[in-house]
Amino acid sequence: MDENQLSRGTKAWWWVAGVVVIVYALFPVAWIVSLSFKTPSDLATLQFLPTNWVWDNYDNILRGDAQDLFLSALRNSVGISLIATFISVVLATFAAYAIARLDFPGKRLILTTALAVAIFPVISIVTPLFNLWRNIGLYDTWPGLIIPYLSLTLPISIWTLSAFFRQIPWELEQAAQVDGATTWQAFRKVIVPLATPGVFTTAIISFFIAWNDFVYGISLTSTEAARPVPAALAFFTGASQFEEPTGAIAAAAVVVTIPVVILVLLFQRRIVSGLTQGAVKG
Amino acid sequence: MAAITLKDINKRYGDGFHAVKDVSLDIADGEFVILVGPSGCGKSTLLRMIVGLEDITSGELRIGDQRVNEKAPRDRNLSMVFQNYALYPHLTVYENIAFPLRLAKTPDKEIDERVRRASDLLELNEHLERKPANLSGGQRQRVAMGRAIVREAQAFLFDEPLSNLDAKLRGQMRTEISRLQKRLGITTVYVTHDQVEAMTLGDRVVVLRRGVIQQVATPRELYENPVNLFVAGFIGSPPMNFISATVTGDSLHTPFGEWKLPSSRTVDLSGHEVVLLGARPEAFEDASVVSDTVREHGVVFDATIDVIEWLGNEQYAYVPYEAPEDIRAQLAELERELDSEALRTQLVVALDASSRIPEGTPASIWLDLRRVHVFDPESGENLTVSALAQRGEAEPNQPAATGDGRRPAPGPGTTDQPATASGSATESGEAPATS
Ligand SMILES: Nc1ncnc2c1ncn2[C@@H]1O[C@H](COP(=O)(O)OP(=O)(O)OP(=O)(O)O)[C@@H](O)[C@H]1O
Ligand SMILES: [Mg+2]
Repeated sequence: MDENQLSRGTKAWWWVAGVVVIVYALFPVAWIVSLSFKTPSDLATLQFLPTNWVWDNYDNILRGDAQDLFLSALRNSVGISLIATFISVVLATFAAYAIARLDFPGKRLILTTALAVAIFPVISIVTPLFNLWRNIGLYDTWPGLIIPYLSLTLPISIWTLSAFFRQIPWELEQAAQVDGATTWQAFRKVIVPLATPGVFTTAIISFFIAWNDFVYGISLTSTEAARPVPAALAFFTGASQFEEPTGAIAAAAVVVTIPVVILVLLFQRRIVSGLTQGAVKG
Repeated sequence: MAAITLKDINKRYGDGFHAVKDVSLDIADGEFVILVGPSGCGKSTLLRMIVGLEDITSGELRIGDQRVNEKAPRDRNLSMVFQNYALYPHLTVYENIAFPLRLAKTPDKEIDERVRRASDLLELNEHLERKPANLSGGQRQRVAMGRAIVREAQAFLFDEPLSNLDAKLRGQMRTEISRLQKRLGITTVYVTHDQVEAMTLGDRVVVLRRGVIQQVATPRELYENPVNLFVAGFIGSPPMNFISATVTGDSLHTPFGEWKLPSSRTVDLSGHEVVLLGARPEAFEDASVVSDTVREHGVVFDATIDVIEWLGNEQYAYVPYEAPEDIRAQLAELERELDSEALRTQLVVALDASSRIPEGTPASIWLDLRRVHVFDPESGENLTVSALAQRGEAEPNQPAATGDGRRPAPGPGTTDQPATASGSATESGEAPATS
C-alpha cells in the first residue's frame, strides 16, 4: 500500500502500534544489556539502570574466570553454526533447484518429508540420539551437533529456496541456452546471481536456527570440545558459591547477540527481493 | 544465414498430447516466414523445436545442410526473441546484449564494437547502463532484439515479440522488425496470432490448425485463395462471409436468391447437396453505385441492413439472415476455433463511402460472383481453389520461396483492397480470370 494514501489518523495508529510492538520486543533486551553493566550488588535492586556502569561482567567472561568456558563455547558456536549453515545451504540449493525445475517422481515426497522432519519435536529425538551418538562416538564432537542441526535447517532451507527458485522465470535459462550457454553456464551466470538474495536469506535463517539451539547443545555435549554458547551459559558460576552468575550470563547474552545483529545489518541489502523484476514484461 | 528445412516433424508431449503433426516446410535462406494460427495450435511448440528447446518426436530438422535434431540449442546458432523478452534482470542493457558474445569468448574490443553497432541500430545508446527493470516495454523489446542480432546467427526466431506492447508501439515495432530483417537479410521465423503482423511482415505465411499446416502461401494468395474454411475465416478482418446454399443442378439456392456462378468460377457441384459460399466483405457493393459494365458479373439482391459503421474511407453494413440450423452450428464451431471475430449468420458488407443507404431499410446489394468461393461444408475444402488448381489457373500453394519476393501488402479488410465501387477495379487482385 502506498504510504501517501494512508490518512493521518491511520498513520498515527500505525505509529502507536509500531512503538508498542518495539517496546514489547526490545524491553527484555534492554533489561539484559542493563544487567550486564551492573555490579553484583546492584543486581537485585530492580531498578532499570545500573547505579554504577561497570565492565566487570564482560571482563569476567572474556578475560576472567569464565573465560575458558565462554570463549571455547563461542568458538564452538561460531564454527558449528557456520558449517551447518554452509552444508545446509549448498544441499538445499541443489535440492530446491531440482524441485523447482525438474519433474521427477517423488518430488512431493521430498517436500512432505522435509516438512514432517521440521515439525518433529526436537525433544523427542534427543534421548535416542544421545544414546546413538555415545555408541558411535559422535557424542561431544562438532559433527555430533552439525548433523542434528542439519535436520533443523535443511527442511526450512529447502522450502524457502524452492519457493524462491520458482519465481525465477524458466525462460531466462532457456534464453541463456539459446544464447550459447551450457546448462551449467546458464545456471551459474543467470540462475545463481538471481538466486543469491534467496540464498542469503536462507543462510541467515539457517544460521539463526543453529546459533539459537539449546536442547541439542546441552544434551549432546559434555565438555568444552563442542559445547555451544547457549548451553555454556548454564554452566556459568558466580564469583563465589553464594553469588548468582546473572551478570556474567547477561554479558554473554549480549556478546552472542552481536554477531546476529551484524549479520542482519551486513546482508540487509542482499535480502531485498524483487531482483527478478524486469526480466519479463512488467 | 541458412535455410531451414522441416521434414515430417511431429511433436508428442510427455502427457501424450500430439501438438505438431507431420509438418513439412522449406524456409529459404533469407526468407521471412510467419507462423499463424489460433491459440494452442502449436506455433510456439514448432518454434521451440527449431531452436532446440523442445525435443523433436519424429521427423528431421535441417539447418543449412546439417541435421540438427540432436543438437543442443547452443550448437544450432540461432537467436530467439521470447514473447516476454527474457532479459537478464541482474545485467545492464549493455551486458544483456553482450551476453551471447561473452559466452562465445569474443574479445572485449569486438564485443564493444558489436554492442555499440546493435544499440545504434536500435536506438538504445542512452540506456546501455540501465537495468531492464527500469525500461519501458518497447525498450525492453529492443534490448531483446539487440541480444538477438548482436551475434551472427543462422536465423532469427521470434515468438510473438509484440504481443505485450500497446497497439501504437506494436505498429512502430512491426515496421522496425521488417526494416531490420530486410537490412540484415537473415532467415526469420516469426510466430504471431495477430493477422496484421502476419499479412504485412512475411514473405510467406504458414497457417496452422491443431498442429497441422493448412496452407503455406504469400499473404496475397492466402487472402485471395484460401484452401479451406479455416484459412478463409482466419485471414481477413472483418472475416469472410459464409452463406449456405443448396445445390440444384448448377444453380445455388441461397437465402438471398437463386445464384449461378460465372464460367470462370464454376466448380463441380455434383455430389454436394449443400455448400457454403464465401465472399469477402469487399465483394459486395451498393447496387446503385456499381457501373453497368461490371454489374453483369454479379447478382443484385435485396436485403435489410440493420447497422452501418461508417469509417470515412468506407463503410461496413451488417445484414442479418436466417441460416439452417446445422450450418449455423458449424459456423459457430468454426468461430469458436478461430477465437477471432464473430462469424454470425450475418453478412458484413463493405460499401463505398459515398453510398447513402440508410440503416434499417431494405437495400439493393450487388455481389461480385467472380469473387465468390465455394466450400464443401463437411471437409471445409475450398472447391473453387481446387477447381482452379486442377485447371492450372491458381498459383501453386507453395511457390518457390525467394527472400526478396515481397509484395505490396493487401491489409485484410482495409483500404488497400482496390475500392470496389468503380467496377473496373474489381478485376485486380483476383485469381487469374479465364479467357
Ligand atoms: N509442456 C507441455 N506438455 C503438454 N502439452 C503441452 C505442453 N506445452 C504445450 N502443450 C500443448 O501443445 C499445444 C500447443 O501449444 P503451443 O504453446 O505451441 O501453442 P501456441 O500455438 O504457441 O499458442 P499461443 O498462441 O497461445 O501461444 C497446446 O494445446 C498445449 O496445450
Ligand atoms: Mg505460443
